Amino acid sequence: MAIMTEKQAKELLARVLELSEADECECNLSGSNQGNIRYARNTVSTSGEVSDVTLLVQSSFGKRTGSATINEFDDASLQRVVQRSEELARLAPENPEWVPLLGPQEYKKTPTWSEATAAVTPEERARAAEASIVPSKKEKLVAAGFLDDSESFIAIMNNKGMFAYNLSTECNFTATIRTADGTGSGWVSRDYTDITKLDTGSASQIAIRKSLGSRDARAMEPGRYTVILEPAASETLLANMVGAMSQRSADEGRSFLSRKAKDGEELSEDAPRNRVGEKLFDERVTIHSDPSNPDVPTPGFAADGHAVSPTVWIDKGVVKLLPNSRYWAEKTGVPYQPAAFTGGGMFGGNAQFIMEGGKRSLEEMIADTRRGVLVTRTWYIRSVDPQTLLYTGLTRDGTFFIEDGEIKYPIKNFRFNESPIVMLNNIEELGKPVRINGRMVPPMKIRDFTFSSLSDAV
Amino acid sequence: MDRRQFVKLTGIGVGSLMLPIAGRMVSAEELLDPGMDFGTKKRLGTIALEAATKAGASYADARIGRYLNQFVTAQETRVDNIVSTESAGIGIRVIANGTWGFAATSDVTPDSIAATARQAVAVAKANAKFQTSPVRLAPVKGVGDVQWRTPVKKNAFEVPIAEKVDLLMEVNNAAMDNGASFISSILFQVNEKKFFASTDGSFIDQDVHRLWAPFFATAVGENGFKTRSGQGNPVGMGYEYLDGDTSEQVKIAGANTGYRFSYDMVQDARDAGRQLQTKLKARSVEPGKYDLVLDPHHLMLTIHESVGHPLELDRVLGYEANYAGTSFATLDKWRSGKFEYGSDIVNLFADKTQKHSLGYVEYDDEGVKTREWDLVKDGILVNYQAIRDQVHMIDQDASHGCCYSQSWSDVQFQRMPNVSLRPNEDDLSADDIIADVENGIYIVGRGSYSIDQQRYNFQFGGQLYYEIKDGKITEQIEDVAYQSNTQEFWNSCVGMAGADDYRIGGSFFDGKGQPSQVSAVSHGCSTTRFNQVNVINTARKVG
Repeated sequence: MAIMTEKQAKELLARVLELSEADECECNLSGSNQGNIRYARNTVSTSGEVSDVTLLVQSSFGKRTGSATINEFDDASLQRVVQRSEELARLAPENPEWVPLLGPQEYKKTPTWSEATAAVTPEERARAAEASIVPSKKEKLVAAGFLDDSESFIAIMNNKGMFAYNLSTECNFTATIRTADGTGSGWVSRDYTDITKLDTGSASQIAIRKSLGSRDARAMEPGRYTVILEPAASETLLANMVGAMSQRSADEGRSFLSRKAKDGEELSEDAPRNRVGEKLFDERVTIHSDPSNPDVPTPGFAADGHAVSPTVWIDKGVVKLLPNSRYWAEKTGVPYQPAAFTGGGMFGGNAQFIMEGGKRSLEEMIADTRRGVLVTRTWYIRSVDPQTLLYTGLTRDGTFFIEDGEIKYPIKNFRFNESPIVMLNNIEELGKPVRINGRMVPPMKIRDFTFSSLSDAV
Repeated sequence: MDRRQFVKLTGIGVGSLMLPIAGRMVSAEELLDPGMDFGTKKRLGTIALEAATKAGASYADARIGRYLNQFVTAQETRVDNIVSTESAGIGIRVIANGTWGFAATSDVTPDSIAATARQAVAVAKANAKFQTSPVRLAPVKGVGDVQWRTPVKKNAFEVPIAEKVDLLMEVNNAAMDNGASFISSILFQVNEKKFFASTDGSFIDQDVHRLWAPFFATAVGENGFKTRSGQGNPVGMGYEYLDGDTSEQVKIAGANTGYRFSYDMVQDARDAGRQLQTKLKARSVEPGKYDLVLDPHHLMLTIHESVGHPLELDRVLGYEANYAGTSFATLDKWRSGKFEYGSDIVNLFADKTQKHSLGYVEYDDEGVKTREWDLVKDGILVNYQAIRDQVHMIDQDASHGCCYSQSWSDVQFQRMPNVSLRPNEDDLSADDIIADVENGIYIVGRGSYSIDQQRYNFQFGGQLYYEIKDGKITEQIEDVAYQSNTQEFWNSCVGMAGADDYRIGGSFFDGKGQPSQVSAVSHGCSTTRFNQVNVINTARKVG
């Protein structure tokens, strides 16, 4: 029984808490059914299904905390996991950053679950793969792809009266479709809460078009170009930037948001050491999070069970808030600011964010471009300098030269060395945001994007 | 089945590190439980093979695994986390109707094992509908009963947690007393107890140990901050690696200490603190062409990215096209017998047999005896990395023995073995290599690494950079990264130090496949010189 209802989870966790003898005890119960199918060289290579459910019990005596996990739920097993967490707590060193557990919270229900996604069968996955492979073969192309879907729940209960429960689903599809001679390559990615929105056949047509259109790419001199970044091309850069927006790192002097003393300025010991309130980006840059967003819903609570409300992190180019921990919030005397997360991690991991944009589609943005480079996606992005958020990476699977509003011809891939801070100051236009990796990102037209060398990779 | 959890460690280097942790949390004492004996495993493995065969499998293998991990993490003066985990179960792989099938269970009772074997056969038969050509396995002779263990002197799990905490505290204090503002330090300890049985007649029990002790230090100065990570290598050794035996240290040009098969983590942390203070004030590099002298602790990852990955046969053939990509090292280049991967002094070899390496085992995860083979000989591409169901595609009849799965619950597939650069036969030191350079940069440590999806264009950075003028190191510099193309780079290799300078570095969590699996792999080399490589300056002014 990998998926428990709210009632089942509540009953089980209440039984666990009854066994606790610790000062504080919190239980985290989570489970999932996951399925996937992978194909390459126009044939299915692997497929599988995995189910599991895990109970994590965390006990504290004073500032000493211990954790234990188990995946069996008979009385003896529950007793064992509680006892083990208590034994470990007694042996643990005091945690100077310990904070007491949260009390009761009020949550808003969010639309994270889809019945259709929860009910996907292996046959449906096979048909989804087939819908990508068959048209590729017809065009004498070679398809490789991966589809995975999951239904999962999370429940948190503690002995201070807090109980949180959420049930969610998601599906992710990617396909890389290449020409048989390896001279062209196209790619597409889709992710949804509701799998009925996923049409692997029509999505694959995009990759097929890009594959055929990217053959015989011409070399262009590296340099600074106006680029149109499809959402998949900028999403990782944005996510890395958002992930680096920790208040603590900033206050400690090890972030791009650390505040340095200006010439002649003497910063007192308790002065804010971060750049909240400063305008760092173009005024069209607004990034917020909202658990109830229908396109990218997330649970209405953070990993610690704290309720999460809609939050604006960057407003019209100005840094408004930085996520922090409860310990750091208390130490620095600012409100605790948790972030919405997509289930797999916390802010900086799978944080949800929504970047606002405009109304126009990618196609309309291209039609309005005199000279530029269209980037389908970026790849192997690595930090070069955390102080300036300089990242390097490469374009991949469809890079094209735009002239007079039209895609003129494919060009060879570039390596870039660029900072999202610079990128978000060089905005020409933002298009209509779309979902990518659980976030909303607009296509962006950016001037002076720095390509530093050419790559022969297709 | 087994659930993979990701534990996020913050404050590490730039951003954060997500650690894959499989299984349930256990006490440190439970890690010392010997688990099932050989006879029981053989009996259970035989049940799996017989049930699979009876259900119609033409081949079957069963892996009974118990995967143990312990992670201890510390930030500055506090212990962050002590986690011990255990994951145990059986994974059964079969060929039926010419197609692979796989199923796994944590319930290792005879009935459950037989049912799982039948499930694997059912999966194979279902997948056979999509199969375009039947699986062809290179022959392997059964080896009967075999037991093997990584030759460790001190089992890391036998060392009390308190001793480990004391070590990390000493490391953190050493860095902070010498100039670091922040430091995270970690001990990763892994023990894979894996039993393999196959219808070829092999019953192989292996007890594999690995250890990694990284740290990530940061210094905050008036005009920003700098980071420096530790120079310890992940190794296939026990806790003895941390003894700090000075005879295993290599002192280079008065600037750097390299560690062979013993690591003094406290001394390295002390060096890191001092070097961070120098980094804060160091001059920014003038971009241009330089002769690079690359320390093994840096070059290992260049080898990993520009030689290890492109020569994985499944990448070359397109099986990884949708994830990590394909390869520039195509079959036609290999078949020509003339493809100049590097200069004629470049000899790159693969193995899973080097003592103390992360890949070191006696048999791979499909029962093939491990060995060493050449990938690039005298500069020419001569071979790939391939396993039993792949070698026929490159006209060979024996697997290279580099099949691996991260756990009992994941299916095994081709993974990178150790890939290493053979040292100079002459007894040259790193100092000798530096002494010949007129205008160059000596690079130490692994920094930023990025390479394209066919492994042509790369940009790599390090931890420490030293200017070389007229054969001498002059000063520490900053903001260095080099860009090159794999073939051009390896053809610019003009010399390397000898065996005394040979060290193995590695990657403890190398990812591949969808769903992704991790594996650990080492790369050996000595200090090596590359001429006229393009160096860029990575400093920027923003905001």
